[in-house]
Amino acid sequence: MTVTFRPLAGASLLLALMGSASAQTTITVATVNNGDMIRMQRLTPEFNALHPDIKVNWVTLEENVLRQRVTTDIASKGGQYDVLTIGNYEVPIWAKQGWLMPLENLGADYDQADLLPPVAQGLTVDGKLHAVPFYAESSMLMYRTDLLAKAGLKMPENPDWDFIADAAQKMTDKGAGIYGICLRGKAGWGENMAFLTSMNNSMGGAWFDMEWKPQFNGPEWKKTLDTYLSLMKQYGPPGASSNGFNENLALFQTGKCGMWIDATVAASFISDPKESQVADKVGFAPSPVRKGGANHGNWLWSWNLAIPATTSKAEAAKTFVAWATSPAYMKLVAEKDGIANVPPGTRTSLYKNPEYLKVAPFAQMTLTAIEAANTQKPSDKPVPYTGGQFVAIPEFQAIGTAVGQQFSAALAGTSTADQALAAAQALTSREMTRAGYPKK
Amino acid sequence: MAREVSKGRKAAVTLLAWGVALLIFFPILWTFLTSFKTEGEAINSHPSFLFFDWTLENYETVNQRSDYLAHFWNSVVISLGSTVLGLIIAVPAAWSMAFVPGKRTKDLLMWMLSTKMLPAVGVLVPLYLLARDTGLLDTKTGLVIVLTLVNLPIIVWMLYTYFKEIPGEILEAARMDGATLSSEILYVLTPMAVPGIASTLLLNVILAWNESFWTLNLTAANAAPLTAFIASYSSPEGLFYAKLSAASTMAIAPIMILGWFSQKQLVRGLTFGAVK
Repeated sequence: MTVTFRPLAGASLLLALMGSASAQTTITVATVNNGDMIRMQRLTPEFNALHPDIKVNWVTLEENVLRQRVTTDIASKGGQYDVLTIGNYEVPIWAKQGWLMPLENLGADYDQADLLPPVAQGLTVDGKLHAVPFYAESSMLMYRTDLLAKAGLKMPENPDWDFIADAAQKMTDKGAGIYGICLRGKAGWGENMAFLTSMNNSMGGAWFDMEWKPQFNGPEWKKTLDTYLSLMKQYGPPGASSNGFNENLALFQTGKCGMWIDATVAASFISDPKESQVADKVGFAPSPVRKGGANHGNWLWSWNLAIPATTSKAEAAKTFVAWATSPAYMKLVAEKDGIANVPPGTRTSLYKNPEYLKVAPFAQMTLTAIEAANTQKPSDKPVPYTGGQFVAIPEFQAIGTAVGQQFSAALAGTSTADQALAAAQALTSREMTRAGYPKK
Repeated sequence: MAREVSKGRKAAVTLLAWGVALLIFFPILWTFLTSFKTEGEAINSHPSFLFFDWTLENYETVNQRSDYLAHFWNSVVISLGSTVLGLIIAVPAAWSMAFVPGKRTKDLLMWMLSTKMLPAVGVLVPLYLLARDTGLLDTKTGLVIVLTLVNLPIIVWMLYTYFKEIPGEILEAARMDGATLSSEILYVLTPMAVPGIASTLLLNVILAWNESFWTLNLTAANAAPLTAFIASYSSPEGLFYAKLSAASTMAIAPIMILGWFSQKQLVRGLTFGAVK
């Protein structure tokens, strides 16, 4: 009896010890290396103060590495992550695959109704949120007020592409190293194609018609690409075909660009006197439209926190996600780092806060741009897809990047606009047929 | 006359070698210099080479944000572990291929090498599933095993070429004196092949240290080595070039120092057998 009793007692003691050890839940959060996410990481001790029973491990990766890494894990049910940082491109696609947990009951003080409607809508599948926004952005025109005044121009309320061409020409002073316009040229679905897809929307074009036939042989894409190439070749910086967001940011901050059309989040960087040499000379306007048009391109991107269905620590993960996107978190950031550093674009209340509007001159324009972005109807034409600066189908990453390479080559001068459009049409048709479109 | 020409040629070749070496080394030097710049200076389109305000703030930030030592320790364990494990398997394998080749040895060697021709991503999902099912995801053990397998063809090939240079008669003599198989390998072959084994070891530590596909894809929070540490400073929106450079410098410094001190071994090993 005693012989069997001892190991039993030992085992039960061990179990008890293990039980007390596992009272603390460890969650792993995968995220990207953007300023707002780094701040969240730095504020983890504040979360621990509220929830001492949850330990947070951070995995920070480059955006494309993260996307590949997280996709592998989630598709093979690896269960390595409990919270994911993903874009609004992935959310609906992954939610439909059953990869994400619907997020409900995020707490009494979460105030879900405060989330900006266009942003929340992009994350809602079957009437339920499948991710919550951490920060969001649309696109806008950022320009140098001093150079525009020198050119003798005044920024209209809704600039069109003709005005942009005129202003770019008058602001360019290549001798002084000032280029009228800086735009993305680096190939990639999230690089030049984000800009060009959005620009094409504003020109009245679309990626596909209702039968999923690519539209690169239509007049709108031709107009888009011709306008883009003529702007960039005449008034753009040299070597623009390798410029992405960061390169243009660097150019603008060092005073080399007259105008830059890109993500609204750039506004806070170029207005920051610590980083930017032109901080006190920047103005903001809506993304350009075609003459007489009202479509600004419908650019809408959000970085969101989601919980994979594979997690075994759903409750702890939910507690964290709710904390990081709550009004209380925004208050915390405002207290610690100043209200200008609160993650933008997700909550209506932020844009009603007079303190924020005072320190962030770009706030109103950011809000207007986000509210104007209609991801449910990105093009003026009837289209079978949703999206904005992207097309919300799983195939878009590959096709968008391949088309982006064609357009980047046209910018570099190794092919003409017509050749690039023909190649884009051919490769998109081929890939879409291969993927089985039109899907019934 | 002939001597003068050869002198000139020698100078030209030396110059060329220096040029090539500088060209290859320049990105590392630039990373090193950038790591001491401010973010603003790092993106300056007219960068200054040495005359900028040197700052340690990037190193400070990186050290505050990441646990360098944890990543460093993971890198050490993974690269040394996989190399040592690889050598334990590869020394007997290379011995048999070099001294008792069979009809299919050449094919076998080619087949081993051919596994390196498949892009790693091609086997990502199967390996990921295996690691998941064996509980080896995000563990150092898992990475040691995978990197051993990844580098094994190279280790076997390198050792095979070194062993081929050693006359089989010496081993035969040892056998005649009554040496068993294991003592033949351990006491006769290994001491003669030390330079070769040393350079194989060094090269594979370097390869494993720098391996960035599997080390990124099979880790999350616990086993992530320095490659993941670097990857965490690359940013799509915002400027992190100086911090990225600081992280890179910290990640490559240990292996560069190791390489520096063992250059002689490395070069001797790599050219071993090349000149008869």
